[in-house]
Amino acid sequence: MTQTTRRQLTAFALATLAAPWILPRRALGQQKPSELRIGISTFLSGPASVFGVPGRNAAELLIEQMNARGGIAGVPIKALVIDEAPGVNFLLGECRRLAQNENVDVMLASISSASCLAVAPLAEELRLPNIMWDCGTQRIFEEGTWRYSVRTQANAVPEIVAPLLYLLKVRPDVQTIAVVNQDYAWGRDSWAIFKTALEAIKPGVRIVAELFPKFGATDFSTEITRLQALRPDVVFSTSWGGELDTFIRQAAERRLFERSLFVLPLAESSLERVGKTLPEGVIVGARGDHWFLHPIAKDTEKLKTFVSEYRKRYGHYPIYPTFHMAQALFALEAAYTRAIAANGGVWPSREQLMDNLRGLEFDHLTGRMKIREDGQGLEPMLIGVTKHVPEFPFPVLDHMVLFPPELTMNPIGTKGLEWVKGLTMDMVAKAPAPIPYRA
Amino acid sequence: MPTRLFALVGMALLLALAALQPWLRFVLTLALATGLAVLGIAVLLRAGQVSFGHALYVAIGAYTVAFARPLVGEALALLALAVLAASASGLVIGLFVSRYRDIFFGMLNLAFSMVLYSLLEKLYWLTRGTDGIRIARPDLFGFALSARDYEWGLFALAAVFALTSGALVARYLLTPAGQALSALKTGETRLEFLGISARRVLYQAYCVSAALAGLAGGLIALATLHVTPLLAYWTHSGELVFVAILGGTANMLGPFLGAIVFELVRVYAAAAFPDAWQMILGLVLLVIVLAAARGLVGVIEDAWMRARRSK
Amino acid sequence: MQLLLLAVLDGLAYAAQLFMVAVGLTLVFGVLKILNVAHGSLFAIGAYTASTLVGLIGTPDLSLIALALAALAVGAVAGPLIERGLLARIYDKEHVLQLLVTFALFMILEDVQKLLWGVKPLFEDAPVRLLGPIVVGDIYYTAYQLVLMPSVAAASLLILVWFLRRTLLGRTILAVTHDREAAQAIGIDARRVYLLAFTIGAGLAALGGALAAPTTSLVPGIGVQMIVLSFAVVATAGLGQIEGAAVTALLIGLGRSFAVYFAPELEVVVPYLLMVAVLLVRPEGLFGRSELRRI
Repeated sequence: MTQTTRRQLTAFALATLAAPWILPRRALGQQKPSELRIGISTFLSGPASVFGVPGRNAAELLIEQMNARGGIAGVPIKALVIDEAPGVNFLLGECRRLAQNENVDVMLASISSASCLAVAPLAEELRLPNIMWDCGTQRIFEEGTWRYSVRTQANAVPEIVAPLLYLLKVRPDVQTIAVVNQDYAWGRDSWAIFKTALEAIKPGVRIVAELFPKFGATDFSTEITRLQALRPDVVFSTSWGGELDTFIRQAAERRLFERSLFVLPLAESSLERVGKTLPEGVIVGARGDHWFLHPIAKDTEKLKTFVSEYRKRYGHYPIYPTFHMAQALFALEAAYTRAIAANGGVWPSREQLMDNLRGLEFDHLTGRMKIREDGQGLEPMLIGVTKHVPEFPFPVLDHMVLFPPELTMNPIGTKGLEWVKGLTMDMVAKAPAPIPYRA
Repeated sequence: MPTRLFALVGMALLLALAALQPWLRFVLTLALATGLAVLGIAVLLRAGQVSFGHALYVAIGAYTVAFARPLVGEALALLALAVLAASASGLVIGLFVSRYRDIFFGMLNLAFSMVLYSLLEKLYWLTRGTDGIRIARPDLFGFALSARDYEWGLFALAAVFALTSGALVARYLLTPAGQALSALKTGETRLEFLGISARRVLYQAYCVSAALAGLAGGLIALATLHVTPLLAYWTHSGELVFVAILGGTANMLGPFLGAIVFELVRVYAAAAFPDAWQMILGLVLLVIVLAAARGLVGVIEDAWMRARRSK
Repeated sequence: MQLLLLAVLDGLAYAAQLFMVAVGLTLVFGVLKILNVAHGSLFAIGAYTASTLVGLIGTPDLSLIALALAALAVGAVAGPLIERGLLARIYDKEHVLQLLVTFALFMILEDVQKLLWGVKPLFEDAPVRLLGPIVVGDIYYTAYQLVLMPSVAAASLLILVWFLRRTLLGRTILAVTHDREAAQAIGIDARRVYLLAFTIGAGLAALGGALAAPTTSLVPGIGVQMIVLSFAVVATAGLGQIEGAAVTALLIGLGRSFAVYFAPELEVVVPYLLMVAVLLVRPEGLFGRSELRRI
């Protein structure tokens, strides 16, 4: 080794140690800041980056648009994005860095439920306003009360109850059902909700197989063989990302769709990628009240411009994490506006911001939603069945039902998994009328 | 090289860093904890053995804290339990793995850690799977501390453990059993000719390393207050070996220096290039292996020697 | 009875895929004595390249050739590049350092792959559609997974064994594997052998990826999943054991598919439990020979 590289190494080591002082520092203050700094944690690597990167893209695009309008109440926004893929230990360190060194005003965390569960207590400790922008576990607000965290979308309970109600509406005679879920918390939780609710609403439906292939599996041949042999009426799967794509393709290649009705609550995010391999008549959800062809918001200028801008820049249609990011940012904007108004035009404190996030009603790209007093978002659920149309090279949704939160979400103070035990066939009857697809 | 002086000066530097940059307190606590696990790896490296599965013991330590927390309110007691659980597992698993050498040793450790990882994910009703388990903040030294004081307390605890463990391991390496480790690396048969059981020597070292990793896991759990199965994943085991080589194993400072540099590089790489931080870490590792195989400690030692000679 | 047959067929298809990844790893270890952690990344890069090439060519009839070409290209480029550029510099270093160099390479390639192909899942199943379905009883399989993949795996095994045992070049490789000093003494250029063996190994990894590509969505991180599983195969079989890897891949493949049928909860743990069980009884693996201890 030469002298120079050795010296370079030493210099590098020293620079690393000195770096905390090199990074910018900013004073805290209650007066209107020169910029609003938002920390965003999302998946930039690993399999979940199929959601993380579209989420980051949405943030980039929307913040640019917001800043072009002068930012939030005249304050430009600056986003600092971090990767949550290395796990909770790293993420907690990064959140501290963002809060204490980068002085972010708000945190938008995260996609993974583990990340959200870990960040919520830290947000309390740091008094850092935190918007959970995509994670789904219902446990967060059921098992804890958080002063500094809210969630700007629904949670696992409505995301699973809505497709179930839809299924029972279109196929009230279902006799047998099988599940193929990823073997991790979401796969297990979502199945627990579905199974419990199904047993309550329609007891006697036989569960013929509960398959949990390992998270990140690349092949579902064995599972598909088994499902072909069992011929269940319904195959339920909350898988997502590359795994759902693989499952859909392999099931289509082996004609499983001809034998069973599929219920795929997260498949909206896979439609464009799998194309018309996914046949007509599959029940598909979107984890909320959003889709780029949303039946009500479809022709609004707001959605149309966003979709075309997004598509122009990133080359594909926005999927649900994009809309979830939009919901978080629009909620933040609405909360600041509301808080400033309530505060006589003065920039709000963190606590005032949190107070105004709770109970907030705000418009997002595809509708209007509310944040409940406990911090949980109340969002309708869009469910539909796939249909092939000539104008798109992939399936669109038809017979869309927008399930209101009153029908699918457990009230404050109850636990979702307990609450679904009280569901009845009545709920199915109460579902709103379906809206057909319009070109 | 005056290791003790360097250790104390280094610790003072860390203390200053932690005081000036509150967020670093947490990161440095984790780094010191990781350093403890790496110290165990370094002990095994003395014997020429690489464990590609020591994240197993880190995870055992961490999950012990998580499972015991509802019953135990004191952080020190939780740490003791973590060390106990990891040591017990090390005592049992060590019986098997100490029979193997080189790649087989590494592979068997990997296999055990992957079994635990799968179980942590699989036994959902017990471990909550990938969501992980949240840990309520325990008392520390018998006091219910504020978040800030608790952070300081843990940092101090990690620092004390780092110093004492470093010193104890250095002493252990000077004992006949410790010396035999190096002999195991260079010529195991000769060791046996001397009437020393190589297996026994490795077994002891393995148990020491398991205990250290368990302590590390306990500290990590107490600092993050949230444990997930990722702790036991093989890439995490790989990171421990990475840090050992980065820091250098010739000196007890190496593991800690390595861990601190690793964490800081990762933090700054992730801040500067959120999409390519892994690549940067990989490049750092390559540079170290190719250009400074004795690790950072080696670089410092050389610099020290040069400085003394030029005087 | 039918269930049993189905489980065997599924196990076979899965074993073929496992073997394709594991065989290159075991070959490289056998010759170079380096456990290549970046092997999974080569698998991933082979898969991504194959998908891209199939998409570029566009004609489904040529898609199978595109797969082979992709594997060849990745092997021929990445193999020598990594061996000459990196591994050749560390043959005289400690095992742990060698292992870590490939670990570093793995970290770098993970991001390279992301920078080249992005994070959007990539799916190109033209080859599967080309070959169409096969019906067994009343169950649809794809000919690609049930016939083509096991055939390619079997062919790879036979060709590799023939090459190593029956050709001069192959026997040179074996000679270096058994005793490097003696081989060099009789005039064999060990460096060239290393280069050759690593390139073949890289090519096999890429071929495994290229073959898997039409059946699965390519996402960031598939290399990570693959590597640890192929570690399990290779270690269970005995490091450097090529036929052993085939048998072990079958064992794990069948074990997994039987688990899916009869005890789904065990599916994930099967390969690792098998590995632990085998290593505890036979540390050198099912087919490994225990090495003489050198003083």
